[in-house]
Amino acid sequence: MRASLFITCYNDTLYPETGRAVVKLLERLGVELDFHPKQTCCGQMHANTGFRGEAFSQAKRFVRLYQDTETVVVPSSSCVAMIRDQYPGLIHELGNTELQEQFAELLPRVFELSEFLVDRLGVEDVGAYFPHRVTYHASCHGVRALHLGERPFRLLSKVRGLRYLPLQNIDRCCGFGGTFSVKNAEVSSAMLAVKLQDVVATGAEYCTALDNSCLMHLGGAMHRQFAGMKTIHMVQILASTETSPVEVTA
Amino acid sequence: MSATVEEHAILDPTLAKPFPQAVLPVLRNPQLRKNVAHAIDVIQAKRAKLVAEKADWQELRTAAAAIRSHALDNLAFYLEQFETRCTAAGGQVHWAADAVEARQIILDLLRKEGASEVIKIKTMTSAEIQLNPFIEASGIRTYETDLAEIILQLGDQEPSHIVVPALHINRAQVREIFARKMGLENLSDDPKELTNAARTYLRRKFLDVPTAISGANFLIAETGGVAVVESEGNGRMCLTLPRTMITLAGIEKVLPRFQDLEVMLQLLARSATGERMNPYTSLWTGVTPGDGPQTFHVVLLDNGRSSILARPKHRQTLKCIRCAACMNTCPVYRQTGGHAYGSVYPGPIGAILTPQLAEMHHAQSLPFASSLCGACYEVCPVKINIPEVLLELRSEVVNQERKQVGRVLDPMYLGLRIANLIFAKAWIFHSAQWFGRIGLRFFTGKDGWIHWLPSVGGKWTQTRDLRGLPNQTFHSWWAARPKEGK
Repeated sequence: MRASLFITCYNDTLYPETGRAVVKLLERLGVELDFHPKQTCCGQMHANTGFRGEAFSQAKRFVRLYQDTETVVVPSSSCVAMIRDQYPGLIHELGNTELQEQFAELLPRVFELSEFLVDRLGVEDVGAYFPHRVTYHASCHGVRALHLGERPFRLLSKVRGLRYLPLQNIDRCCGFGGTFSVKNAEVSSAMLAVKLQDVVATGAEYCTALDNSCLMHLGGAMHRQFAGMKTIHMVQILASTETSPVEVTA
Repeated sequence: MSATVEEHAILDPTLAKPFPQAVLPVLRNPQLRKNVAHAIDVIQAKRAKLVAEKADWQELRTAAAAIRSHALDNLAFYLEQFETRCTAAGGQVHWAADAVEARQIILDLLRKEGASEVIKIKTMTSAEIQLNPFIEASGIRTYETDLAEIILQLGDQEPSHIVVPALHINRAQVREIFARKMGLENLSDDPKELTNAARTYLRRKFLDVPTAISGANFLIAETGGVAVVESEGNGRMCLTLPRTMITLAGIEKVLPRFQDLEVMLQLLARSATGERMNPYTSLWTGVTPGDGPQTFHVVLLDNGRSSILARPKHRQTLKCIRCAACMNTCPVYRQTGGHAYGSVYPGPIGAILTPQLAEMHHAQSLPFASSLCGACYEVCPVKINIPEVLLELRSEVVNQERKQVGRVLDPMYLGLRIANLIFAKAWIFHSAQWFGRIGLRFFTGKDGWIHWLPSVGGKWTQTRDLRGLPNQTFHSWWAARPKEGK
């Protein structure tokens, strides 16, 4: 199986360890992974902030870069939601039929990471070992846009050594919302405070998710408050094995 | 004295502060936040339980969305049908293009009746057109009869929710308002005692005041009838005792057929209050000799609705049946309550409805008052894709604002424009990452984290840290790794 990794702009810049974990995991599972060097951003930040004109150019770029790719795998649920929910409208508005056709062909081949593992590869036990107490935050786009459902839980349940601790109000927004976190910083912080209470109350060492943007938000508060917890993208847990444990950062 | 000293909320989009500023006093008010979170958590839990017991919930939503869309797509036809049938049944239909016209029509009708007082069934539409202050200024006293509305009217407060307008006020505060305004010094905060106080206060009004004003949950085109659902029975009293009833309804409230109520009522009560059926459903069609009001007027209000109707992507906003499930599930509303939205329509539906009713001249901060978490769309009984409309409106606001000279140096606008140039080419993106890493090094502490940033970044670091940028991006790691791979 061949797949091309769309790492997303913020993972490339802020969370390269997530990308390295995707490579480690997928190559372990026998996927021939490729990386398009010209990739940049999906345009979500622009589209969600009202800069639609700018989002058009990112959508076009994405389609052009990946039109000949067998499968695109993306370790970020909100970026996949952007591609799935917002690209159709943007590309339709551009009125370019060739682009529309290319996109329509490409779209079914774009997978969020847990979708790729469970639906495309058909694996739940990826041979991971992670001897820690972990809670899982079902990020908004993962749960309500992509409908990831049981996939993340099935993957986590097969990780040896992992003790899963359920999170109250698991699908309640952490308050990030992209530029919402700075345009409405105070409300965002109030939402974060409430979310963090639930997360800390689990007693877990790590809070995981399938989207580093929520984790950046939660992790930023954990660090500021010396909450004694860390965040970790789920792919880093899944990539971790007994002989080659996860990279521990900061 | 009131238990919490609050600024008087301004629910007029032309005067209200932008959302990010309006929330500040609210976020610092522990009692208000506790009251709001507690109230909506209770309703949400009840709703979730009752929705779970309906195996056909999703089918009901689909049916309701189809009914509402069809009604809106053929609105002119159904409104005319409503007018014809309502008139035939003895009602009188009036058309109001905006708030000014609607208020004047209602005032003229009240004067013709010689009314000096009027009793009211809870109607958010009358709050939308600021009817009470207008009528009162003309010397006619208004008496709200819904318990929550009485609390607000006597306490000189504004509604903070469309179904439970006084949810920001707790029992102790209600007791204080009633004791002060009704002269009941020994009143306790026992709910039964409070309700009894309201009942005693209301009975005299029901018996004495011959003119009533209502809103409408639905207008039924097929019969020319009006439907009002409520929990307390005060609406039923207003429909039984007075001589004259004046109903104010937005033009979008029309349903094609009587049978459509079957779908709507199943969804509405469950979504709104977490009940299988609301306790009182009142339906009336024109005038019935010897039963209920003998003079009946309907004022059909546009007030910006046709301009929403005219825009295909925005039209879905008008499908709303005012159940408030969106605000009850909204993580933003849960923190802020309704007043910060500066409109009688708060929460997610308010964030899209208010700026559109103001034809995008006011309330431009509201489309941004959402983290786009999608919870509102998930619960909406008529499937309004609120996040989609929010994005449309955000784009409109940005298109308006970016033409303003002052925006050139606005850090958000500048940043997003530069980001667009950066993302256009991989080599520019990679250079920007390099510059970013060098620049941020200056702000990165010994622990490898950033604790303070200037400008927009400071909005992040006021409550959150940010991990310093790693030395190697993913793409450079990939490029440097041995090529045979595997």
